[in-house]
Amino acid sequence: MTETQTLSIREAINQGLDEALRLDPKVFLLGEDLADPAAGVNAVTRGLATAHGMDRVMNTPISEAAIVGAAVGAAIEGYRPVAEIMIMDFIGIAMDQIVNHAAKLRYMSGGRTSCPLTVRTAVFAGTGSGGTHSQSLEAWFMHVPGLKVVYPSNPADAKGLLLSSIFDPDPVLFMEASRLYGVKGDVPVGDGYRVPIGKAAIARPGTDLSIITYGLATSASLSAAEALAAEGISAEVIDLRTLLPLDIDTVVESVGRTRRAVIAHNATTVAGPGAEIAAQVSAKLFGALDGPVERVGARFTPIPARASEAAVTLNVADILSAARRTLGVVGV
Amino acid sequence: MTSLQDAPPDSTTAESVTKEQLSRLFSSMAREEAVDVRIRNGIKRGEFATVIWPSRGQEAISAAIGLALRPDDRLVTTYRGLHDHVAKGVPLPEIIGEVLGTSTGASRGKGGTMHIADPDHGVMMTTGIVGSGVPVAVGLALAAVKDGVDRVAVVTFGDGATNTGSFHEGVNLAAVWKLPVIFVCQNNLYAEMTPVEETMAIEHVAQRALGLGLPGVTVDGNDPVATYQVIRDAVALARAGGGPTLIEAVTFRFEGHYAGDGGKYIPAEQYAEAKLHDPMVTFPRFLLENGFTAAELDEIRQQAADEVEAAVKVVVAAPPADLEEIRTDVYADGLVVTHD
Repeated sequence: MTETQTLSIREAINQGLDEALRLDPKVFLLGEDLADPAAGVNAVTRGLATAHGMDRVMNTPISEAAIVGAAVGAAIEGYRPVAEIMIMDFIGIAMDQIVNHAAKLRYMSGGRTSCPLTVRTAVFAGTGSGGTHSQSLEAWFMHVPGLKVVYPSNPADAKGLLLSSIFDPDPVLFMEASRLYGVKGDVPVGDGYRVPIGKAAIARPGTDLSIITYGLATSASLSAAEALAAEGISAEVIDLRTLLPLDIDTVVESVGRTRRAVIAHNATTVAGPGAEIAAQVSAKLFGALDGPVERVGARFTPIPARASEAAVTLNVADILSAARRTLGVVGV
Repeated sequence: MTSLQDAPPDSTTAESVTKEQLSRLFSSMAREEAVDVRIRNGIKRGEFATVIWPSRGQEAISAAIGLALRPDDRLVTTYRGLHDHVAKGVPLPEIIGEVLGTSTGASRGKGGTMHIADPDHGVMMTTGIVGSGVPVAVGLALAAVKDGVDRVAVVTFGDGATNTGSFHEGVNLAAVWKLPVIFVCQNNLYAEMTPVEETMAIEHVAQRALGLGLPGVTVDGNDPVATYQVIRDAVALARAGGGPTLIEAVTFRFEGHYAGDGGKYIPAEQYAEAKLHDPMVTFPRFLLENGFTAAELDEIRQQAADEVEAAVKVVVAAPPADLEEIRTDVYADGLVVTHD
């Protein structure tokens, strides 16, 4: 049996970063306020500069384009930089470096350069921080060949996927929900622990309906499954863990069994990740579905401030409504 | 109006430069010019269809960079970078192959003119996004420091790039971290089609250094010797741990923004004045006055033309990238993300 310890997601990511820094001298961290004693608004890097030195955990100016650009330059020289964009909404400033350079350098150089860069970023959805500090922008990046997009929902995945991301040969966008930083769970002990990129997990098995989700929306999806169970409906919850590449095989296998699908995420429903997943599921399982593929996410408005945020973002009731719509088609 | 007269007076001097170095400078310039002219002529004649952003007129700066750098030093350049590639030693079939999108190209035809990378010769990235090479070069310099070697990184860009956030973010970070990177602005007085005085309230790009905390130097970019000396000194400073330098080499772009752009927005008198400072005219004149014979210069030019012609032959005979090739190198390890 694997030895585990109970960690929060914040602690699990911190431990993953610590292990990566110990395992490989080519790993270094850079970003705003990362170093001790401040150690960032998210406190994810606490203690790492003290343990590894300021040349491994590098404080930068507020310069997102330079943070990622410098990381790209170091990555094509063989380093494995882990760049932090403090809050995902700021990533627009670094978008050029991520999308035009990190993602394409391998291709445009015919494989002569490689960009093993990890960009960590925190999603502040659900914190009431308003339109420029609470967006879930993963769909922007799912559109970019050459990138990988990872979004864990629990401490074990957070550590295992982070280590896989840092040691992946391709650039990875690693998303962290700030609302989940304090969530605790069992994490395997030891340097060798990895969760593969591109492999979904069955977070809860079920037979009547598949709820496909990831990241912050996973807990709402599990709550919805719990509520459905009370009504005698068995919902399977798939935690995608990685959005690019998407583990469509696991999704299709599940929906092939349950014949009904709901996709739930915190990104906007319009042109959100659910649109791609719904299209693929519909195309591959057209004759086998017993109801329309449903998708739920944020309303198509900017994120409003404070208390109003809950009115536009995904909640358990949205998932339940979608589940009933797809179940109701066959009169369940 | 900013003009070439605002640059320091012609400072060409053979002082501290050997005949062999002068010969290398001219040889590099001749090859750069030959590549640019040959591709434009090929487009004009209908021999092939492609696009380049001509660097005719800017040869001296690239040659100076090529002479000042070691083979292991790094270079990041831009879409108007073919002369930089030539000067840094990228083989001509790889450059021209990429321009024409064939399998001899540096990335077997998947990059194109704006995206040539040749790590074997230190060219780590070429970008079509104005200003964005600057932070990447900062990262290359950071890697050199982390490697504990005295390698330097040079990034070239136009005057237009110095108005971008990436430029300011990148130069600031390099200044704060004292990294071995040399920022070389090839100020050709036009950002695409807009003259520099419409896009900068200051007279010289080098003045931007004052606000960012690093040395800033303006040099006559049509003078390969003066430009070489300035870059050589900046490289020496960077290698010794003295940090970055911003160099503004003032020059002129004789062709339009892209091959086919007639450059009608360039005033006739400015163009005529610039012609008097064309380095492919003034530098040979200087060499003739300093111990070179006409026969020697003719031979260098002929050899450059022959090399370019030979490369074009190889390139046009090669097939374009096939579908199999086009789908590789998106991810490492052959990962193909697709659902078709």
